[in-house]
Amino acid sequence: MAKTTASDAQALIRSLRSAYASTPTNLKIIDLYVVFAVLTAIIQVAYMGIVGSFPFNSFLSGVLSCVGTAVLAVCLRIQVNKDNKEFKDLPPERAFADFVLCNLVLHLVIMNFLG
Amino acid sequence: MARGLRFLGILALIYASLSLCIAANVRPISDAHRSAALELFASPIDGSFGSLEETYEALKTLKNLGLERPGDVKEKACPLVVGKLGSTSSSLKDLFQALRVNSVIGCQIDAKTFADVASRIQAVIKDTSSLEDFYYSVGSLLLVKDQGSSVNLPDANDIFHSIKALSQSDGRWRYNSNSAESSTYAAGLALEALAGIVSLADSEVDQSMIETVKNDIVKLFDSIESYDDGSLFFDEKHVATSEYKGPVTTTSSVVRGVTAFAAIASGSLNIPGDKILGLAKFFLGMGVPGSSKDLFNQIDSLSLLENNRVSIPLILSLPSTVLSLSSKDQLKVEVNTVFGSAAPPLTVNLVQGFSSASKEVPALENQELKFDAENGVHYLDILPLKVDVGKYTLVFEISLHDPEHLNTYAAGGQTKTLVFLTGIIKIDKAEIAILNSDVGNVETSQKLDLSRDSAVALSANHLQKLRLSFQLTTPLGHAFKPHQMFLKLKHDTNVEHIFLFESSARQFKIVLDFLGLVEKFYYLSGKYDIEITVGDAAMENSLQRALGHVELDLPEPPEKAPRPPVQPADPYSRFGPQKEISHLFREPEKRPPQELSLAFLALVLLPLLVFIIGLIRLRVNLKNFPSSPVPAAFSLLFHVGIGAVLVLYVLFWLKLDLFTTLKTLGLLGIFLIFVGHRTLSHHASISSKLKSS
Repeated sequence: MAKTTASDAQALIRSLRSAYASTPTNLKIIDLYVVFAVLTAIIQVAYMGIVGSFPFNSFLSGVLSCVGTAVLAVCLRIQVNKDNKEFKDLPPERAFADFVLCNLVLHLVIMNFLG
Repeated sequence: MARGLRFLGILALIYASLSLCIAANVRPISDAHRSAALELFASPIDGSFGSLEETYEALKTLKNLGLERPGDVKEKACPLVVGKLGSTSSSLKDLFQALRVNSVIGCQIDAKTFADVASRIQAVIKDTSSLEDFYYSVGSLLLVKDQGSSVNLPDANDIFHSIKALSQSDGRWRYNSNSAESSTYAAGLALEALAGIVSLADSEVDQSMIETVKNDIVKLFDSIESYDDGSLFFDEKHVATSEYKGPVTTTSSVVRGVTAFAAIASGSLNIPGDKILGLAKFFLGMGVPGSSKDLFNQIDSLSLLENNRVSIPLILSLPSTVLSLSSKDQLKVEVNTVFGSAAPPLTVNLVQGFSSASKEVPALENQELKFDAENGVHYLDILPLKVDVGKYTLVFEISLHDPEHLNTYAAGGQTKTLVFLTGIIKIDKAEIAILNSDVGNVETSQKLDLSRDSAVALSANHLQKLRLSFQLTTPLGHAFKPHQMFLKLKHDTNVEHIFLFESSARQFKIVLDFLGLVEKFYYLSGKYDIEITVGDAAMENSLQRALGHVELDLPEPPEKAPRPPVQPADPYSRFGPQKEISHLFREPEKRPPQELSLAFLALVLLPLLVFIIGLIRLRVNLKNFPSSPVPAAFSLLFHVGIGAVLVLYVLFWLKLDLFTTLKTLGLLGIFLIFVGHRTLSHHASISSKLKSS
């Protein structure tokens, strides 16, 4: 029973990997960026768990910067993905410009909040 | 209570000093004036003088006081003098001041310059109608004449008449024929000018005119004003005018005019010697003035009075107005001229001496003072006269030996001065006792020695009384009543109570009935320190002694009893350094160890590393980067722009404020939108081309 579960899981992961391999490279880059941002946020949360939340605004701005840019990256991924019919008319360059602009605004607020 | 008494004490002191002023003891010119002159005229002396007038005043004062004038002043002032005399544009006043300075220091000026100056002045003097111009021109001509040039005034009588025409009926003068205002200061100028004309005139000036001027002087002296101490001075009638110069300058001007006129007029001026003496007292009574102008006027007037032809004032003064009976001081009196030189042979009589206690019966009468020729002092031994301690008003009279001197010297009538005779007061029968209130019998009693601090220890309750008594006798055995006698009780909490002594016949006594005082004492039981103060100006052994303490046992305070006032710790402490203010800050939060934070910094960089490795694994490349130069440049600028915005954010975090950041960000944003649009549209056009192909 346990063996079948493990092999099932293995099979599932293998199918996932093969399916993901067909994803276009630009989407993979975005995925990697999201993972990078979320990982950074997790490390900061871990630091807060160990040390305490004393400069709370600094902690918040650090985590929100990561989470915010990750969310924006996900939005970019949605717009850039060719399989999404909804954004068919939107050129990826326009989506990238939105991403850059939103990031700049987000980080202006973050810097103001950093203290 | 204590504060109120202290205030009363200060008032008494002020009153005492005021009453001293009334019979002020004027002293002749002393070294204090000389050192003040050196100080006040320090700047004109070292050559940095403001004007020739100031230089003249400084040099003249130093000369009058017999002080050396600095060596280099001649080199510094002479070029100015020569310049003024040589210049044709110099005003009459400038010429006059230059000639005055020259008369003191004697510059090298040739006779031709003097002749030119004299002829220029003589041309002006005929047409002028202003008193000041007359004064300056006549003064200048006199100074030129003194330098050896021959100056003659052919129309002296006319000029004399035109100056006289400006005089008023009350002896004052007007500055010019148009002004209605008459001035005492101007009268001084006019008299000096008239005196100058008489000595300049080649022919005799009309004698009847001189007599009328003499009458004017007498009328002028009718308007003299006086202070209570017998000093006399001149002042303007209307002090609000712009010409007003103050009593010192005005009096000084009159003194200059009158002495100059007295020097040339034949016969004597009909001015009583007392008035001249009063003027001298006015100038001496000023003490040492603080302004150089006043000092010049004071010294100049006094030097003129010292040698004037009307009458030379003699000043009677006491070297010391406090005489100690215990050290057998003599009553010493000096009679000098105003500059302190010796008077002619004379006798000083002590006419009367009143004690302040009994104003009717004089304590001293008709004592002739002996003369100590060696020290120039008239003296009187007071000890054999059996005079007691106290404050005395002494009346002196000067009688000159030589009857001829009566006309040349003004000794004044009677001179009043205030003198303190001090001595050691004997304190007897000092005793402190605790009495039982109901029957009045003595519970404890202790003898005191008030010549030193003692440390009696008493105890009492509220049903008892405290009695302190003593006797004071003067050296002659009379009862003495000092000005100040206080008993002070001071509780441990610094609450003070001050009581005054009652005097009955010869004994001073104070009885404190504690039953009546419990409320005043705020029901404060405990140790009270006792202090006694006895003081008087005539008492050489005035004392303030701690006597010891009394332990008081007072009843418990009722509910509505007054609370003792809060005692200021020390009234002087508020002038000292204040207590340091310790500010309340929030406790700083606990910070993690630095190593941990640095470790996490490294850890945060780890996902970045993962990201870069991931990018390499995905074989990301920059092949899409535009190859043609213009789009490549825009693309590069786009990335540089984003980098610049991020650097701006870092600067915002580190030091910039929001406004500066937003301004810069706006400019950068416009640039970025332009460049970004060009870059991204280039990419879009390439991808659409790819699609269509």
